[in-house]
Amino acid sequence: MTRRLGYDDVVLAAPVTVPYVRYAIRAGHWFVARALAMLLDRSGLHKAQVDGACISSFTLMPDSAIGLMQHIGLTPRWLDWLPLGGASGVAGLRRAARAVQAGDADVVACIAADTNHVDSFRLTLSNFSMFARDAVYPYGAGGPNASFAFLTDHYMRTYGATREDFGKLCVAQRENAQHNPVALFRGKRLTLADYLQARPIAEPLRLFDCVMPCAGADAFLVMRAGRARDLGLPHVRLLGTIERHNGFPDDPIQFRGGWAMDCDDLYAQAGVSPREVDLFQPYDDYPVITMMQIEDLGFCAKGEGPAFVRANTFTWNGSFPLNTSGGQLSAGQAGCAGGYIGLVETIRQLTGEAGGRQVPDAKVGLVSGFGMINFDRGLASGAALLGHAD
Amino acid sequence: MTDPLLRPKRKNPVLATRMPTLPPGARSRAALGLTAAAAEGRFALQACADCGALQYPPREACHRCLGARLRWRTQDGAGTLLAETTLHHSNDLFFRERLPWRLGMVRLDAGPTVVAHLHGDVRGAGTRLQVGARLDRAGQAVLVALPEKETPNMSDDPQLREMTCDPKFRKVLVTDAKTALGQAVVHALVAAGADIVWAGHAEPWKRLPGFDGLAALPQVTPVPLDLTDSRSVVELAGEIGGKVDIVVNTAEHHRAAGIGARVAVETARNEMDINYFGLLRLAQAFGPALRARAADGPAGACAWVNLLSIYALANFPSHGTFSASKAAALSLAQCLRAEMRPAGVRVVNLFPGPIDDAWNQLTPPPKVAPEQLAKAVVGALRDGVEDVYPGDVAQEWLERWRDNPKALEREIGG
Repeated sequence: MTRRLGYDDVVLAAPVTVPYVRYAIRAGHWFVARALAMLLDRSGLHKAQVDGACISSFTLMPDSAIGLMQHIGLTPRWLDWLPLGGASGVAGLRRAARAVQAGDADVVACIAADTNHVDSFRLTLSNFSMFARDAVYPYGAGGPNASFAFLTDHYMRTYGATREDFGKLCVAQRENAQHNPVALFRGKRLTLADYLQARPIAEPLRLFDCVMPCAGADAFLVMRAGRARDLGLPHVRLLGTIERHNGFPDDPIQFRGGWAMDCDDLYAQAGVSPREVDLFQPYDDYPVITMMQIEDLGFCAKGEGPAFVRANTFTWNGSFPLNTSGGQLSAGQAGCAGGYIGLVETIRQLTGEAGGRQVPDAKVGLVSGFGMINFDRGLASGAALLGHAD
Repeated sequence: MTDPLLRPKRKNPVLATRMPTLPPGARSRAALGLTAAAAEGRFALQACADCGALQYPPREACHRCLGARLRWRTQDGAGTLLAETTLHHSNDLFFRERLPWRLGMVRLDAGPTVVAHLHGDVRGAGTRLQVGARLDRAGQAVLVALPEKETPNMSDDPQLREMTCDPKFRKVLVTDAKTALGQAVVHALVAAGADIVWAGHAEPWKRLPGFDGLAALPQVTPVPLDLTDSRSVVELAGEIGGKVDIVVNTAEHHRAAGIGARVAVETARNEMDINYFGLLRLAQAFGPALRARAADGPAGACAWVNLLSIYALANFPSHGTFSASKAAALSLAQCLRAEMRPAGVRVVNLFPGPIDDAWNQLTPPPKVAPEQLAKAVVGALRDGVEDVYPGDVAQEWLERWRDNPKALEREIGG
């Protein structure tokens, strides 16, 4: 395999979040426009100075990113369209960073935005993919709840994880969310007892294992460090990234994701080790996938996830800070923004803008994405290591 | 062990009849290959003709060698349960009304992993099981994971019953119960646990052997029904149409003749009058009520069975006008199927070879015994099958017809 180039002085800056709401009557375009407006406001850039755009959304139909440019009046010389679900953030960042590095664009606005009408989720599920329509949805129409129920059931039996282990992750994230002003579950405390006794959804999953779909947007800018300094924008460096699709296709059932294929490459490119990671923002639509990412991204061996969970607190001020904004489980899953939530949070943490949930002395953050249960497993995985600017 | 299905309570007339809903029915064209096999009771997977790889879900290309020559190969369905879940929430109305609902993820011995509806008697990861394909209420194939060996009351599993049309505790109209076949069908339905069998008989003054004994069975009620008479059909529908759960149309008129053997059209017209127009009259009179009651409790309306003939596929010249009437009936049955599908009522077509009755006296064996055909009717209802080709002659004709319809035409034409 060819040795990969580093990312030089490419940085991420201006993390913005269009506050999540459970339901919205607006189109996805509204959330994109609000996110771009917030990016401009935050950076002081004029619209014409944003010469690259990377868009992720499930709810711009019938538009693609091209029609969207006319809609929001942007004239970029570089455009990417990545409706890759939970892998959108890392994948978008990778492409935007290379575009900036190569000079195809100076400033790329990376935006993930989705609306959520009352019936959107059902409609998205029924036509999510060819395999889902043919071979999953007709089986109880449980959506991702059912798919993750299988993976959770299998993982629990194979590696001895308990409901309490998953509950600990969910409770810790809810604790973190109390300090995130835009988390949908801020002000709603969750105890382990609440978690364990919640109503069953798709056994062994109960209510608080399941992410709540909502509307909202997350976005950030990618540019060179010099430009960020000129604009006076706090920023973070891009140390290393990986991406994999349809990893381990011969596993009969998913117990690991593509990260496990590329984990060593990630740390090698960044020149850091898992021990140096100060905070971790894994993709968390269901806690089982968080546990897999802890294993597959090198924090413990396969099957040791439950022991790792028992040995750490996962709160912003405890050991192994994880999903410090509350993650999707406590902030909400705003469609493709679910793939961005960990990125904007890591930028905030590494620039000291995380307010009441600021992890002290955070220098290196790891973000991972996971996307698209096409049939029986999540197909896309990605991760990025971000570093403090100094 | 499955709890045996108990006789459903009498319906509370104050409550609204539940409207029929269907499970999600959208499929890609590739996936309809699964449905085509399931309609005959087979579970088939796509196999690559170039590299032999098996795959699921169905695709447009071989996932291994990218070959485009994909063939549907029948599977034995043996497999092991990898993981299971019980849904307590569904995004779809049909399932929401039927929760909780069990699902399994299964590793087939043949290789692929599948998601399947999970029978109540299959419990615990690692359990050996049998995957089969069934048509669901939407008329589309779904996979079901069944116990490896028959378990007590297996067919009473509530999820499985949503995919089958088991006559147990259902009320059935047999349109012509006087013939040897009709009588055999009535007996088989009674033996299968049907609640009521209305035994239709035209021309009540004609006494045929066996019929009086049949009518004496406690489950059986003879009713006058003449499919050539619109008024007779409408009157009976007015009387029992709101109660019938399954219609088995056994009425047929059959004379051995081609075109040149007779000089007038009366015989052919009589055949059409029962075999084609009879079906049309029956469908217009009984179809609407059947559709309306398709979700009426655990033993609601569910099926319509047509006695066609293998000659519906290709004309058998010595029974030429009969063949033509059955071809017409087949075409109409396809229309009926399309009209019943939105309610989830299954239309089952039987394509027997020559039946061992008076009208096939001169046809050499093998012939299908009426009892064998009756068994096929009950079997199709229980197994959730849509197209049945009972008997050796039917199977052989089907194979020849599928292989090359033109060759079959020449072979039969002599």
